[in-house]
Amino acid sequence: MSQHRAPTTRAAAVVAASALLLTVSACSTPGVAADTPGVTDDTVTIGSHQPLTGPAAAGYSSISAATSAYFDYVNDNGGINGRSIEYLVKDDGYNPATTQTVVRELVQEDEVFAILNGLGTPTHTSVLDYLNQNGVPDLFVASGSTSWNQPEEYPMTFALNADYVVEGAALARYAADEHPDAVVCLLGQDDDFGAEFIEGAETVLGADGLAAVERYSVSNQDVTAQIGAMKAAGCEINLLATVNGFTALAVGTAAKLGWFPQWISSSSGGDYPTLVGFLGEDLAPQLLQGFTSTNYLPFGPDDEWSKLFREINDEYNAGAPFDGNTVYGMSVGYLFAEALAKAGESPTRESLLAAISSGELEGNGILPLAFGEDEHAAYTGVGITTVDQGVQDFIGVTYALEGESVEEVEAKPVPLAGDGIPKP
Amino acid sequence: MTAPSFPTFASLNGAPRLTGTPRLLVTSVILTLVAIGGTFLLDPYRNYQLAVIAAYFCATAGLTMLVGLTGQLSLGHAALMAAGGYGYALTANASTDAGVDGVARFLVSLVGAVVVAGLAGLLLGLAAARLRGPYLAGLTLAVVIALPAVTSVFSGVFRGDQGLQIAYDGVPPFLRTLIAVEQWQAWVAILVTSVTVTVLAGLRRGRAGLRMRAVHGDETAARLSGVPAGRVKVFAFTMSSISAGVGGALLCFVTQSVSPGAYTLAFSLLLLVAVVIGGLGSIGGAALGAVVVVLLPWLIGTATAALELPADVEQRLSGNVSVLVFGLLLIVVTAVWPGGIAGALGRRMPRARDQVAAGTPVAPADAPPPAVPVTTSTSSVSHSIPTETER
Repeated sequence: MSQHRAPTTRAAAVVAASALLLTVSACSTPGVAADTPGVTDDTVTIGSHQPLTGPAAAGYSSISAATSAYFDYVNDNGGINGRSIEYLVKDDGYNPATTQTVVRELVQEDEVFAILNGLGTPTHTSVLDYLNQNGVPDLFVASGSTSWNQPEEYPMTFALNADYVVEGAALARYAADEHPDAVVCLLGQDDDFGAEFIEGAETVLGADGLAAVERYSVSNQDVTAQIGAMKAAGCEINLLATVNGFTALAVGTAAKLGWFPQWISSSSGGDYPTLVGFLGEDLAPQLLQGFTSTNYLPFGPDDEWSKLFREINDEYNAGAPFDGNTVYGMSVGYLFAEALAKAGESPTRESLLAAISSGELEGNGILPLAFGEDEHAAYTGVGITTVDQGVQDFIGVTYALEGESVEEVEAKPVPLAGDGIPKP
Repeated sequence: MTAPSFPTFASLNGAPRLTGTPRLLVTSVILTLVAIGGTFLLDPYRNYQLAVIAAYFCATAGLTMLVGLTGQLSLGHAALMAAGGYGYALTANASTDAGVDGVARFLVSLVGAVVVAGLAGLLLGLAAARLRGPYLAGLTLAVVIALPAVTSVFSGVFRGDQGLQIAYDGVPPFLRTLIAVEQWQAWVAILVTSVTVTVLAGLRRGRAGLRMRAVHGDETAARLSGVPAGRVKVFAFTMSSISAGVGGALLCFVTQSVSPGAYTLAFSLLLLVAVVIGGLGSIGGAALGAVVVVLLPWLIGTATAALELPADVEQRLSGNVSVLVFGLLLIVVTAVWPGGIAGALGRRMPRARDQVAAGTPVAPADAPPPAVPVTTSTSSVSHSIPTETER
């Protein structure tokens, strides 16, 4: 009897033992909500998923480094309400499957207060439901998908980027205004990013306004077929809904084919210093002369925000190359710090969301923030930028969503207050 | 299936109690209950990992049967998991549109996954039965490499790199106060895996398993003995594919999405590494392999994080160290224990050889090696690796 039972008993013992080994202390039974996760008397811990490796890394891995540098600056100056901000960044390689794992790790293992600036449309889409079901604030997503602005369905999620529909419409309007008779085409990423940008462009140009629409997939680093088709279609202006790496790839591939059309890119793939990193110091100024994109954050060599961020970058980010991603990353940090400051002495997830929905946040953009009770979009307009002689700057044309359509508006940049550290 | 008349371990010891299929079922039920009980000890993240392990276990169990028993080397099992995942997601989305939800939607979608993965496996298996060694490996390799291209060419259906999202299945209302969603998902994953693996273990210890071993041992001799070698191979490939498909469906259920990025060539090779490390042909080894594949990268990540390395070093190590460790582990295991971890454990505890699955949550008992003059499950390991490469 005992002889026969032994294996089963041993099996049970080993399973139980290995289960115990794995156990940390907590168990899965839902209990009463204790303290706010990630908030102690002197720290606030938040997390993010970013492409530090993989196809999107070269274009975006500097963002989280800049955000961390800004938080170091804030922490060295006393933090927010006496708390320092701990920013945990996990690499997801721009792969939605990995994003799901690292975000669960952040929420369940590291018990973060909120997820900040998770990067990417396909990646963040895969954790959108998870974060909202678990009541984790999902702030300032680094993507322009319209999915983030659905307060009814996703009350935890807030966008940051101007959405791709607005961007696509603004750039198409600019193209139509500047070059009324040109043949306009579009190269878009094969996901919601590309789809929404196309939707925006078609609202302005009409359903048949785009002479050719080509799509690419991030996992295939070759766009020769798409660029060849666009060249064959006689395109003169190419709208791009591409990440930085693929903007460079498209421009470079066209140049190899001896083709130099006008490029107009979404802000997500239109950062000049980053593109120089791909195309090289010597060729980039020629290939990208007249390259048009958008931005909604402080920008340009003389801007006071840029000057402050440049100083922080030199001191806290080991003087990493200063580009649009640096400004973007630090602006994200500033916006979170502002929300945290307004969330009160003892911030909770509820008070943080309430602070953002109150509409009192100012941010540091060229247009006022749109956040409100029924609005989870941050920027609903963009300024047009171009590259001239290797310098990218605003040209003074700004478009914003006015009701249903995109119209030209006056930019209203938020001035720098104090030393760039939000006060309660 | 008729119970084969192998002398089983129980009868050898003169204890004429449970043998054959009933014993397999009882062991499977006990291990399943133990695993489900174990979920109460785990925090939500560990339960999530457990659910992922269970899903991977489906795939590795099918793969180990295919490679270890019939000697057909598949490098494309990730693609078959993806077939199951997409089958699940497409059926789930269609059911949601049709107003079906809850348990019904889960079951219908699981059937969808089985059908899609089964068809994919049948087609591949038909080709595979005519190919040997490197040619078969090449075919399956092509399938997994083609996956991202297929999803982006037919992006209207598969939504390209972004993949498909499905509606969320929460904890059933009557359990909601008791368990968290991760624990519920672990339960579902354990139950489904347990059924899948029990079926595989039954096949493995029965007539089908015997035929597979015969075909692997000497195909000509098997034919002469009246074993339809081609049909046996196609059947094994299809069953293995269905089991991988169920694994893909479970992953889709747990994460509510399926995307080609989850089923890369690297992952496909990792599945093979898992079954070799665990012990080719052994179901318990497949379970161990699944545990290693899920926990090792996480342990390494935790270890490197604890070392507080400079950010750029950590960034360079991220993801790369675990690949290195898997490679080393593979070399060490094949050199030291050619039978894999399961084989090593089996030698150490000869009485419990068929219980090597003990260290893992949902493994039903293996059948003991058959007393027939073909390669046995444990010894076939040391044979099959060189044979595959020599061919």
